[in-house]
This record gives sequence, structure tokens and C-alpha cells, in this order.
Amino acid sequence: MNLKLRIWRQKNSGAKGYFQKVDAKGISPDMSFLEMLDVVNEELLAKGEEPVIFDHDCREGICGACSLVINGVAHGPERGTTTCQLHMRHFKDGQIIVIEPWRASAFPVLKDLAVDRGAFDRIIQAGGFVSVGAGGAPDGNAIPVSKNSAELAMDAAACIGCGACVAACKNASAMLFVAAKVSHLAALPQGQVERAARVERMVAQMDQEGFGNCTNQFECQAVCPKEIGVWFIAKMNKEYLKAKICQ
Amino acid sequence: MCLKFLKSSVGRKYLMAVTGVFLLGFVVAHMLGNLQIFLGPEALNSYAEHLQNLPALLWPARAVLLGAFILHVGVSISLAIENRRARSIPYACGATVEASYASRTMVMSGLIILAFLIYHLLNFTFGVTHPRFFHLVDAKGRHDVYSMVILSFRELPVSGAYVAAMGLLCLHLSHGISGLFQSLGLAGAMPALKRAGAVIALVIFAGNSSIPLAVWLGWLKAVGGGSVE
Ligand code: HEM
Ligand code: FES
Repeated sequence: MNLKLRIWRQKNSGAKGYFQKVDAKGISPDMSFLEMLDVVNEELLAKGEEPVIFDHDCREGICGACSLVINGVAHGPERGTTTCQLHMRHFKDGQIIVIEPWRASAFPVLKDLAVDRGAFDRIIQAGGFVSVGAGGAPDGNAIPVSKNSAELAMDAAACIGCGACVAACKNASAMLFVAAKVSHLAALPQGQVERAARVERMVAQMDQEGFGNCTNQFECQAVCPKEIGVWFIAKMNKEYLKAKICQ
Repeated sequence: MCLKFLKSSVGRKYLMAVTGVFLLGFVVAHMLGNLQIFLGPEALNSYAEHLQNLPALLWPARAVLLGAFILHVGVSISLAIENRRARSIPYACGATVEASYASRTMVMSGLIILAFLIYHLLNFTFGVTHPRFFHLVDAKGRHDVYSMVILSFRELPVSGAYVAAMGLLCLHLSHGISGLFQSLGLAGAMPALKRAGAVIALVIFAGNSSIPLAVWLGWLKAVGGGSVE
């Protein structure tokens, strides 16, 4: 199949960006979106032009490195799918495809389609961990975890931190990401000691990074490749209130 | 500590929701009070007089509402400014997957409701826009709220403006009521809440709009033909 791409090009964070028109020819419908871009890059290189920079790593939908807003939708038109797992068969031959980077002030563009998601790392550093005494590995099942808690924690821990929630949110809010991380550890016995401090510090860091505020529009849940539910945001709100009241 | 909570993103969500609950409570109570117009002039005028005779209740309630309103508007504007800053470069090709029309126009619907509210207070509370209907008294010497409302609403632009404003309030609440539970951390079953929000919003629209509509269709008439012109 042949496609008409409009790709965001930007030399560096400070430079002014623009859309480059590129024709992708002879694309197999079985290719992933990133493989299609690989083909485009080969051709650009052959012509002596700079290839398009985009983030990727595992290419199997589990690492959270890939991004791209495709025709206005983070990770493209398929629900519950990362860009690396999105196949070209979901597009029409001859279709125009606009490819933009995640747009958020807290995620500055590094080059072309790659953005700096360091803000997420700093939020995790602020509280997204449990402190444990180092030593030998603990015995399996030494700390009992109820079935319900384990399920809840797993649902939240499915978040791969790709940032699609921020990219899709009308306000570039990071609340779905932070809510998933807060809820994941709050559900487990290991997370109880730092529970209140964790939500306080993570929310404070999130606000400091310049993300927007949730207005309950739920675009985040619609594009999340791991289909994390917005009710985790409600849970985080409650955790935050409890932490502040008990202080 | 408390101030830090209220300034945080999550804290301001709580502020929006709590002030929204107060405003919603008022809107419902106000509607139920006003629907007494269908019971006739005696019911409405004596209800109005009872309210006026309870200054110990009326003024604190007004103060709380005014405070809630100022906070609701002020916080929503501060959030809206931050939200715009959070995406300094917009998408060239933006799409909406899930967000409802109502949710995307909350600030606009809110600001028009604010403008309407000012007009509404000038009309019925301060008697500025229709002074000739404001000083009517009924047979028992009470402020004749019944005739004031009916005579005002007989003017099509006035009743039209009320119905239009109620349409916007309905839009605002259809998103606001379901969002409120989410903000307060109480969202267990979102789809059910979404429907409940829309239903409550529609009931409020129907209840409030029934009054100007009934006047305009001639179902509610001022006592004695009600002509002062
Ligand atoms: C009688 C008048 C009003 C009522 C009953 C009302 C009710 C509500 C309710 C129940 C909510 C949901 C709270 C939440 O998001 O958790 C809400 C949200 C909101 N209201 Fe109002 N409101 C009124 C007037 C206004 C006005 C005058 C504005 C002016 C700007 C406004 C702006 C907003 C905005 C922007 C939101 C969304 C907040 C967010 O999601 O972050 N409202 N309103
Ligand atoms: S590259 Fe790892 S999730 Fe897409």
C-alpha cells in the first residue's frame, strides 16, 4: 500500500518545527507502524536526508518507549494498542496520515517525534517505590497478599508509563499515570509504610512539572494501551485527601 | 498544610466538586420552591414571605452560596489557565475519542450561566430590569411574586432567555454531576453515574423551563387577567 505521510520535523527543543510531506510506497499491510517508518527512513537515508527520529525499544507493546499521535489519536486508531503493535492493515491505501509528537509543555520535543518524558521519572523518584531493607531474597509468600489486592495491584501495574494519557488529555494532565502508580503500591502490604507520603510527594511533583488538571473527560482511558481505568484517578483523589487529613 | 492541599491539582478538583454540590443543592431547592407557582398565587407568595421572614436562615445561606459561587468560578478559571499552559503547542490535527461536547465546553457554559445569573438577580431579586412588576402587592399586602414572574415571562425574549439558560445549565450539569463523583473519589460505576448525571440535568431543565413555557402558552395566568400595561 501507498500512504501520504505528514511528519512533524524539528531539529531540537529550541528549533521551530514543521510538517514534512513524505510518500511511503510499497508498504505491506502486515508491517507495524514503526516498521513502516523504518522503511521511510531507509528511503530518506538513501536520498541523503536525515531520518525521522522516534522513540521505540521492545516493539512488542510492553516497554512504553514508543509514542506518536497518529491522525490526532495517541498510539493511533486501535484501542488498547501501542504504536509498535499497530499494524498498517488498519489504514487505507492512499490515506493521509498526520504524525505528531506527544504535545505537552512537560514533555518538550527533543527531536522530530521524540519527546523528553523525564518528568515521569521524576514523579516516580518522588515516591513511586517501596523502601525495603536489603539482604537475602525474602521467602516466597512470606507476606500474604489477598487475591483482590493482587488483582487490583496488577491492573494498576499494567501501566507502562508511555505518556499517552498526557498526550491525549485535553489538558495534558498526568493524573492517570500518577493514579496508576499510586494505586499499584497502595494496594499491596509492602506499600503501606510510605502510603500517605507517597501520594503527597507524587502529586506535588506532578504539579511542579507543569502538567494540566483532570477535567473528567476520560480521553486518557480511551487511548491507554493497557486500558487502565479512570476510576484509579478517583482512587488517587481519595488517597490524597486521606493523606492530607491524617497529617 | 490545608492551604497546600487546596492549591494542589487534586485539592482544587475537590473544591470544584464541593462548591458544585452546594450550587447543585441550591438549584434543586430553588426549583422545588418555584414549582409552587403551579399551586397558585397563595402558595407561592406565602412561601416567598416565609423565606423573607427567616433572615437568620436566608442570609447565612446567601453568604455560603455566594462564597461557593466565587470559589467555583475563580478556581475553574485558574484551572483553565493552567490547562492551557500545560499544552503550549496544540495539535495540528487534534481528535476527540471520548470527551463529550458538554465536558469540552464547561468554562463557556459556566460563564454564560454566570451572565444569565446576573440578569436573573437584576430581574427578580433586585427588581432592576422590570421595576413595574417588582412592586406589585397581592390582596394580603405581600410582595406579589406570582404576578411578577408571570408578567415578566409573558415577554417572549425574557422567557426565551430563561429557557436557553436552563439548556446551558443542563449541559453544564450533564457533565458536572457525573464528574463530581469522580473528583470526590466516589466513582465506583462510571457508566451508571454518567446516565444519572444526564437524567438529573434533564429533570432540572424540564422543571425550571416548565414555568416560562407554561406562562407563554397561557396555562399560567396572572390573577384578574394580570394586565398592568
Ligand atoms: C448555578 C450555577 C452552577 C452550578 C449548579 C454548577 C455546577 C457544577 C458541578 C456540579 C460541577 C462538577 C464539579 C466537578 O468537576 O467535580 C461543575 C464543574 C465546573 N463548573 Fe460549574 N456550576 C455552576 C456555575 C458555573 C460557572 C458560573 C462557571 C464559570 C466559569 C462554572 C465552571 C465550571 C467548570 C469549568 C467546571 C469543570 C471543572 C473541572 O472539571 O475541573 N460553573 N459545575
Ligand atoms: S516499543 Fe515498547 S511498547 Fe512500543
